[in-house]
Amino acid sequence: MKEQNDNYFYIPQIKRRNQKAALFKGATIMAIVFSVSFLIFFLVDLGRSGYPAFFQTYVKMEVTINEETVENPYAAVKGKNLKIASRAWLRDLPSEVKQNPTWMNTTREHWVLANSEVDQYVKGKESRTKQNDRDYVDELKEKGFVELKFNTIFLTTGDSKIPENSGIYSSIIGTVMTIIVTMLIAFPIGVMTAIYLEEFAPDNRWTQIIEVNINNLAAIPSILFGLLGLAIFINFFGVPRSSPLVGGMTLALMCLPVIIVSSKASLKSVPASIRQAGFGLGLTKWQIVRDHVLPLAMPGIMTGSIISIAHALGETAPLIIVGMIAFVPDAATSFTDAATVLPAQIFTWAGMPEKAYLERTAAGIIVLLAVLLSMNAGAVYLRKKFERKW
Amino acid sequence: MSTQTLYLIFFGGLFPLMFLGYVLGRQKAITIRSQGIKMHSQPDQYGWFGALYTGLPIITVGVCGVFLYLFGVHAIPPTMLLAAALGVGALTLGLLVKNIQGTTKARDLVEDLIKGMLFTASLVSVLTTFGILLSIIFEALHFFQMQSFFHFIFGLEWSPDTAFLEGAGRADANAAEAKFGAVPIFAGTFYITAIAMVVAIPMGLLSAIFMSEYATPRIRSQVKPFLEILAGIPTVVYGFFAALTVAPLIVKIFAVFGIEAQYQNALSSGIIMGIMIIPFISSLSDDVISSVPQNMRNGAYALGMNKAETIRFVVLPSAMPGIIASILLGISRALGETMIVVMAAGLRPNLTWNPLEDMTTVTVKIVESLTGDQEFNNPLTLSAFALGLVLFVVTLVINIISVSTIRKFHRKYKVSTL
Amino acid sequence: MTMENGFIHTTFNDRDETPEIAESIKIEVKNLDLFYGDKQALNSINMDIYTKKITALIGPSGCGKSTFLRCINRMNDLVPNCRVEGFIGIDGHDVYDKDIDVVAVRKRVGMVFQQPNPFPKSIYENIAYAPLMHDIVKKGKECDELVERSLKGANLWEEVKDKLRDPGTALSGGQQQRLCIARAIAVEPDVILMDEPTSALDPISTEKIENLMLDLKKNYTIVIVTHNMQQAARIADYTAFFHMGNLIEYSDAKTLFVNPKEKKTEDYITGRFG
Repeated sequence: MKEQNDNYFYIPQIKRRNQKAALFKGATIMAIVFSVSFLIFFLVDLGRSGYPAFFQTYVKMEVTINEETVENPYAAVKGKNLKIASRAWLRDLPSEVKQNPTWMNTTREHWVLANSEVDQYVKGKESRTKQNDRDYVDELKEKGFVELKFNTIFLTTGDSKIPENSGIYSSIIGTVMTIIVTMLIAFPIGVMTAIYLEEFAPDNRWTQIIEVNINNLAAIPSILFGLLGLAIFINFFGVPRSSPLVGGMTLALMCLPVIIVSSKASLKSVPASIRQAGFGLGLTKWQIVRDHVLPLAMPGIMTGSIISIAHALGETAPLIIVGMIAFVPDAATSFTDAATVLPAQIFTWAGMPEKAYLERTAAGIIVLLAVLLSMNAGAVYLRKKFERKW
Repeated sequence: MSTQTLYLIFFGGLFPLMFLGYVLGRQKAITIRSQGIKMHSQPDQYGWFGALYTGLPIITVGVCGVFLYLFGVHAIPPTMLLAAALGVGALTLGLLVKNIQGTTKARDLVEDLIKGMLFTASLVSVLTTFGILLSIIFEALHFFQMQSFFHFIFGLEWSPDTAFLEGAGRADANAAEAKFGAVPIFAGTFYITAIAMVVAIPMGLLSAIFMSEYATPRIRSQVKPFLEILAGIPTVVYGFFAALTVAPLIVKIFAVFGIEAQYQNALSSGIIMGIMIIPFISSLSDDVISSVPQNMRNGAYALGMNKAETIRFVVLPSAMPGIIASILLGISRALGETMIVVMAAGLRPNLTWNPLEDMTTVTVKIVESLTGDQEFNNPLTLSAFALGLVLFVVTLVINIISVSTIRKFHRKYKVSTL
Repeated sequence: MTMENGFIHTTFNDRDETPEIAESIKIEVKNLDLFYGDKQALNSINMDIYTKKITALIGPSGCGKSTFLRCINRMNDLVPNCRVEGFIGIDGHDVYDKDIDVVAVRKRVGMVFQQPNPFPKSIYENIAYAPLMHDIVKKGKECDELVERSLKGANLWEEVKDKLRDPGTALSGGQQQRLCIARAIAVEPDVILMDEPTSALDPISTEKIENLMLDLKKNYTIVIVTHNMQQAARIADYTAFFHMGNLIEYSDAKTLFVNPKEKKTEDYITGRFG
């Protein structure tokens, strides 16, 4: 103790204070570790439950095709096979036969899509398949008649009440159409608003009102935009319910504040000297903005817009309100048809009682996240590539 | 004539007329100039002048006609409207081209029109706010004509199951009266929000402190994407995770202690909602903490405080207004969050303190009453708008407070670091 | 020892055995080099700073005078890629000794900055927090006394004694700076460093602070960086002229201003550059 007191640079309690500081730093690190490990756990869990959906069980079995079974396809397979074959596959058999006339009047072995319960059993999951059917499947498996093939159905069909026949195709088409509408509305209006506020607006009360209003709009719960879509677009303007048009319009209004704010920021970052140089050349304000300011600000505007569109892509609540969770087996062909979007499809499947939908939900999420992440990565790349220090 | 053909003819008339306006305007200007008369603007600008001022009346007439129809003032037959719009356009085009002279200030006029267009675009965001407000208020008033406002705000029982009878005009004395007491719904909303904030505030704040004070630029750039991904995950995905992974986990964990939890419970949706809000609070607070001037920190270091003491005694108090604002924005997010609670919290209005039971929120009830059949004379459908109004008012107040606090904060430090 | 303004001095330098002769050395600097990455910002500085005197560091912007000042309480530790070589001793104790905590150095060497930076807390807390943390005083009466003593020492007591619970940020610029000085002397340092303490203040506040410095030097060794040569001439006992990271000339203030030995010094104080 005496030695320490003799020390000129001595502070009592320094050890305890340093320990407390270390603890505090440790706590902040723990918080980050918590978030990061949650994300990893989340992604792994999702991958594990979604991955199997990309493969589907097919069983090699004898299929009889003749006039009679084209009329009544459920007679095409016999006995135990009927219990494990997918009804959807059998239902589609007549149209398959039409495309392949040589199949007519043959009885030979085909790889037949198994029904979802058998599929779940083969994948080693909980299944309602009966014991004797399980034994039969095991028997076929030993003969090499059961195979997991890449699931093209999942990517090429729409929703279905038969799990093994359901896919995300129609919801992807719906999403693309909705987002096209969103972009066509939100991007020009957002950029125009930003240009007005940043370049032309006089600094008066009205401009301030617009600015405050945009900030508030950005924080309004998304579901309220759904109420707007329902009351104004559908009930007042008569836009068809459930259509990509109404969904896209609703999302466009939701995206607008983010696009405006990021566009404004990137217009602001263009130095005043460029504008002054333009005035020096006798250009009008609009000419300067169009030819000089806007091109320089474009990368920033694009980045903000992509991020906000990606956000809209994952939005569900307002679309439910405007009816985009309808059961839509076939892809929409026009902007006024009923359609569904991928997040809404995920929502619908997540509520399905059949376990087979669970993996499809997770697989749908994987597809959605992949799209969103690549959009965000693209936006970040754009920002990095064109980043400019003035 | 179908709507599509009408649109086709409208745009089929609009664009060629505008193009014609451009060509003729430019031609006229070139002709005048070749006569040696001094022109105010370049020929191209006369072209744009011709095009834009031809388009303007056509669109104005078209839009006016549509609005007259929509507001039910007067339904002009579509074909007539079409003819009128295009006719006015052609007439304007003729007059414009005829009157172009050397003194016509085409450049200024074009500039004014463009400015007008930009201004119109900026009105859309204002109109959106009004649209939301009007659509909600209108239908909510409708609701309060049928149900008592007082009971809605203070009533403890929400049982609207017989409301459709009233809508159908068949409510008789025998049927149980529909009750719209929203207190259990508000309670559920605040309870789940509270759970979310218990997770989000410490985690978000500590993350922000790490990112802004402790992380080296390299670690910062490596960790940031994780938080951004967390922020970019759609809420429906969080909902799926809460309902199908977290909720069963919670049931299992509490079963170990012999406590029964329900598969739809407030805890799982609250926790996941909190995790969703972590990156939100952390990035806003990070900005705020980073903008505390280094000068403030130096003052503390120079007195012999270590880093943690400096952060706690100087940095956090300085950043406090901004941090509170970011927390408020986080709360407003949680109140308005829909998908997680729809999927994981339940539909039953349940006034309880037990986080392991199911409860419901404002947003869930809005979704529930607006999916499926909608009848706008049915109090059940309209109750969505009444709940929406409450949500709108509460989140609006929170947003206004927090946005103005953040602004004040930034202004303060801009001044003092000059 | 009793001071003329009634300021009762504490016992902090009872350990200091050095007799109070006029020219005892407080800070000893030997061959000090400082690098920012590869760039050398200070070249082999040698300098003795005397006890209970005001030493002013002058020189053009970027000459290294502030950098040098920050070496003395190791504020440069906070700058990434900054490396210090050489020796700085306070009463012979190595400031850069690996075994000592930087926190302890800064308790011995207080610092006042260009921009007044009171903490976003009450006036009382601004002063009391660090002494409480360093265990110099206990909460309660002892602490109240220290706050009063420090504020009196900074000639601020009369102005704020009725509003100790008000936020420190509500004071005027000059008062804020005196609060920062009070805060610095509350931890009972031996040395006070001042980095252009009056450059953000109006002339009247500046005068008050200059007078305060003259009071303070009765108890503390003061090193001040200043842009203002008149200020240096008014208050400094010793003056050092820095240029391009070198200590060009160091002598008592009068000699340096009236009769500089180096051509560069003369050019600078006559306003030919800087």
